Amino acid sequence: MADTKANSGKLLDIRNLRIEATVYPPGEAPKTITLVHDVSLTLEKGKVLGLIGESGAGKSTIGLSSMAYGRGGVRITGGEVILNGRDILKAGPKGVRALRGREVCYVAQSAAAAFNPAHKLIDQVVEAAMLHGTATRAEAEKRAVALFKKLSLPNPETIGERYPHQVSGGQLQRVMTAMALCSEPDLIVFDEPTTALDVTTQIDVLAAIKDAIRDTHVAALYITHDLAVVAQVSDEIMVLRHGRLVEWGGTQQIIKEPRQEYTNALVSVHEIEHQEQQPGTTPFLSVKNVTAAYGGGHVKVLKNVSVDIYPAQTLAVVGESGSGKSTLARAITGLLPPEQGTVTFDGRSLANRLADRPKEDLRQLQMIYQMADVAMNPRQTVGTIIGRPLEFYFGMKGRERDKRVAELLDEIEMGKGFVDRYPAELSGGQKQRVCIARSLAAKPKLIICDEVTSALDPLVAHGILKLLLNLQQHEKVAYLFITHDLATVKSIADSIAVMYRGEVVRYGSKSKVLTPPFDAYTDLLLSSVPEMEIGWLEKAIRGRRMESAGN
Amino acid sequence: MSSPILRLVAQRILLGLVLLLAVSVLIFAGTQILPGDVAQAILGQSATPEALTNLREQLGLNDPAWLRYVHWLWGILHGDFGTAQSSGLDIASSIGTRLKNTLFLAACAAVVAVPLAVILGLIAVRYRNGFVDKLISGLALASTSFPEFFIGYVLIFLFAVHWQIFPSISTVDDSTPFLERLQAVVLPATALTLVVLAHMMRMTRAAILNVMQSAYIETAELKGLKPFDIIRKHAFPNAIAPVVNVVMLNLAYLIVGVVVVEVIFVYPGMGQYLVDHVAKRDVPVVQAVGLIFAAVYITLNIVADIAAIVANPRLRHPK
Repeated sequence: MADTKANSGKLLDIRNLRIEATVYPPGEAPKTITLVHDVSLTLEKGKVLGLIGESGAGKSTIGLSSMAYGRGGVRITGGEVILNGRDILKAGPKGVRALRGREVCYVAQSAAAAFNPAHKLIDQVVEAAMLHGTATRAEAEKRAVALFKKLSLPNPETIGERYPHQVSGGQLQRVMTAMALCSEPDLIVFDEPTTALDVTTQIDVLAAIKDAIRDTHVAALYITHDLAVVAQVSDEIMVLRHGRLVEWGGTQQIIKEPRQEYTNALVSVHEIEHQEQQPGTTPFLSVKNVTAAYGGGHVKVLKNVSVDIYPAQTLAVVGESGSGKSTLARAITGLLPPEQGTVTFDGRSLANRLADRPKEDLRQLQMIYQMADVAMNPRQTVGTIIGRPLEFYFGMKGRERDKRVAELLDEIEMGKGFVDRYPAELSGGQKQRVCIARSLAAKPKLIICDEVTSALDPLVAHGILKLLLNLQQHEKVAYLFITHDLATVKSIADSIAVMYRGEVVRYGSKSKVLTPPFDAYTDLLLSSVPEMEIGWLEKAIRGRRMESAGN
Repeated sequence: MSSPILRLVAQRILLGLVLLLAVSVLIFAGTQILPGDVAQAILGQSATPEALTNLREQLGLNDPAWLRYVHWLWGILHGDFGTAQSSGLDIASSIGTRLKNTLFLAACAAVVAVPLAVILGLIAVRYRNGFVDKLISGLALASTSFPEFFIGYVLIFLFAVHWQIFPSISTVDDSTPFLERLQAVVLPATALTLVVLAHMMRMTRAAILNVMQSAYIETAELKGLKPFDIIRKHAFPNAIAPVVNVVMLNLAYLIVGVVVVEVIFVYPGMGQYLVDHVAKRDVPVVQAVGLIFAAVYITLNIVADIAAIVANPRLRHPK
C-alpha cells in the first residue's frame, strides 16, 4: 500500500461511481433509480474540491461515498473509491469503520441536529480521536481547545463543557469543524456547512473554515449549492446535475469562463430587473409603534416598529434570524397580539387578536411560508387545497369552483393536470406555487411571504420571484416579503425595512435604503453577501465595521 | 441544581399530592355509595334494632359524610387506618407486613425484568428487522400473551413438581430469613418477569428506533463507532424518558396488580389481602388498600416524570 501511496499525490480517486436507490412511489411498484451516473473525480492532498449543483444533483451522495456511506438506503453499486491507495468499497464493515472519523471526517449542514443533545460538546469532539487511538483523552482535549481557538470560538477553554443547545448555530458549526479536525484526518467532507446560517454569521464560519483548512493542510470536499461561497474556499470546482458531471475545472475558470451552458446559468447573476415603484399617497396597511413580546411580556421581540404598505407594492423586511422579521408578520396577522401599538387597514384599526377579526379581514391578509411541504395537508389533492379558500371565503361550489381552481393553476404556470396530484408528488418549487395559488384564491390585498424562496434552489427561487412579480401586476396584490437574502430583496422590493434585534434600523424606498451612507448594521448585512469573486472573503472581513450578532 | 428543574419537580410533587387527595375523596365516596350498612354487616342479620343503633353511634356512622371523611383522612395522616371489621385487627399493622412482602416480590421481579427488558430492547434494535429481533419480539410477546396463572402453573409443574428445585408454595412470615425468602419468591418473581418483560422491551425498542432516525446517529456512524456503541452511547440516553415511563407503569403493575400470582403461589401480599377483604365486604380495609395502591401509582408516575425532566439536558443545563 505504501508504494502506491508514494507514487502519486492522490488522496482520493473516485472512478465511475454509480449510486442507486430504491424508491416506493405511491400506488406503483418499487423501482430502482440511479442517483449518480458514473462520476469520476480525483483529489490531491491538501486541496479543496467544491461540489456544486442543485438539490438532487448527487453532491452529498458523492461526498459521503468517500466514507463508503450511503444515506437512507442509498447503495453504491458500481465503481471504485480509492482512498490512500486502496478501494474502500471492498474494505468490509470493520475496514470502513477504521477509516471513518480517522482518515475522513464529516461536517454536516445542520450542526444543531448533528450534535447529540445528551452529551457535552467536548466529549463529542474528542470521541473519534480517542476511538481510533490517535490521541489520549488529555491530548485530544488539548488539541480540541487549540482548534476552538483557531476557529475563533469564544471561551475556547470552557466552551467544550457546554451542551449543544447552549451554543449558537454559527458557533456550533465551528465546533463541528473542530470535531472533524480533531482526529487529524486526511480529508474532510463539508456538506453545506454554512447554508443554514445567516449571511453575517456565514462569513465568519467560512473564514474560520478556510483558515483551518490552510493551517492543517487537510484536503476537503466542499459541497454547496452556492457558487459564490464555494469560490471562496475551493481550488477546483465540479458542477453536477441530476447525478452527472457537467463541468470540472479550476475555480477561476468555472466562475469566469464556464464552458457549459448549465454552469453559465448558475454563474450568471440572477438579478431580476425590478423598477422601484414610488409609494402612493396613502398606505392601505400601517403598522404603528408596535411592541410585541413572548412569554407574557418577558422577551420583547418587537420594539416600537412602524412600517407602511402601499397597494400593489412590496415591502421587504430583512434581518438575520432572531431580528423579529417573522414576529412582525405574526403581529400583523394577529397570531401574536401586540402589547402596544396598532395595525390599521383601509383606515380602520384591526383587532389585535386573530380570533376577534371578522372573516373579511382574514381574507384580506394571506400568508405563504418557507416550508411549502408542511404548510399543506399531505392527504389532500392540489385541487382541494386551492379550492378550500374559494369555498370558505366565497362559498363557491362544484363547477364554478373547479373553473376558478383551473384559472389559478394557469396563473401559477402549472396547468390543469395538477388538480388531482398530492403534495408529495410535486417538486419543491411546484409546492411553493400551489401555496401561492392558495393564498391568491382568497383575492387578498396583502400576501405575507415568509422566507418563501429560502428553501429552494437558486434557479427555482428565481422562477418563484418572477411569478410573484407577474402576479403583483395582474392581481394588484401587495407583498410583505420577509427574507434574510439581500439579492432577493433587490429584485422584488419597492421599499425595505432592515431589522436588527427587534427594531427597524433603516427604512425607506429601495433606492434610499441601498444607497450609502449606511448605518453599521446595514453595511455589515450588505458586505456579508458572498460575491462570485476570488478573494472576496478576505476583503469583506477586512472591511467590516461591526461584529455580527450571531457571534 | 438550577431553579427551573427544582420548580418543575416541586410542581410535579405538589400535583401528585393534590391528585392523591382527590383519589382519597373518590375512594371514600365510592365506598359510601355501596349499598349495605356497616353496623348490619358487623352484627349480622339477627341483630336487634337497639344493638344496631348503639353500634352506629359508637362507630360515628350518624355523623355527616364529610365529617367522617375528615376523621378518616386525619387518622390516615397519623398512620391509623382503623380496624378491620371482619377480624378486629389493626389495619395498619397487618398492611405493614403485607406491603413489605409485596414490595419485596416486586423488587425481585423488577431487578431482573427491567435490565433484561432494556438489554433485550437494545439488542433488538442492533439487529432490527433481522432474525434476532424477530426472535426476541416473538418470545417476549408469547410470554406476555399467556395468562399469568398459566405461566404460574407451568413453572410450578416444571420447577416444583418435575425437577423439585423451588417450592411451589411461597408462604413467608416475618421470621423467614432473607435467603429462604428469596428462594420462596423465585417462581412468582419469574412469572411476573415473564408477564411484564415484553411491554418494556417493545417500548425500549420503539423509543430507541425513533431516536435512530436523528442526524446525530449519522454523525456517530461517520465517526466509525460500532453499531452497538452507537445505540448504547448515542441513542439510548435520548430515549430514557419514554423508557422510564413504561418501566414505572410496569413497576406499578408489579405492586398493585399481582393478585393472581399471589393466589397461585399462596404468597401473603397486598393483593391477596385485598381480595380476601373485598369478599368479606370489609370496607375500611378496602379503602386503606385502595388508597395505598393509588399512592404507589402516583408516586411511580411522579418518579417517571421527574426522571424525564432530569434526563433532558435542556432543562438540566439552561442557557
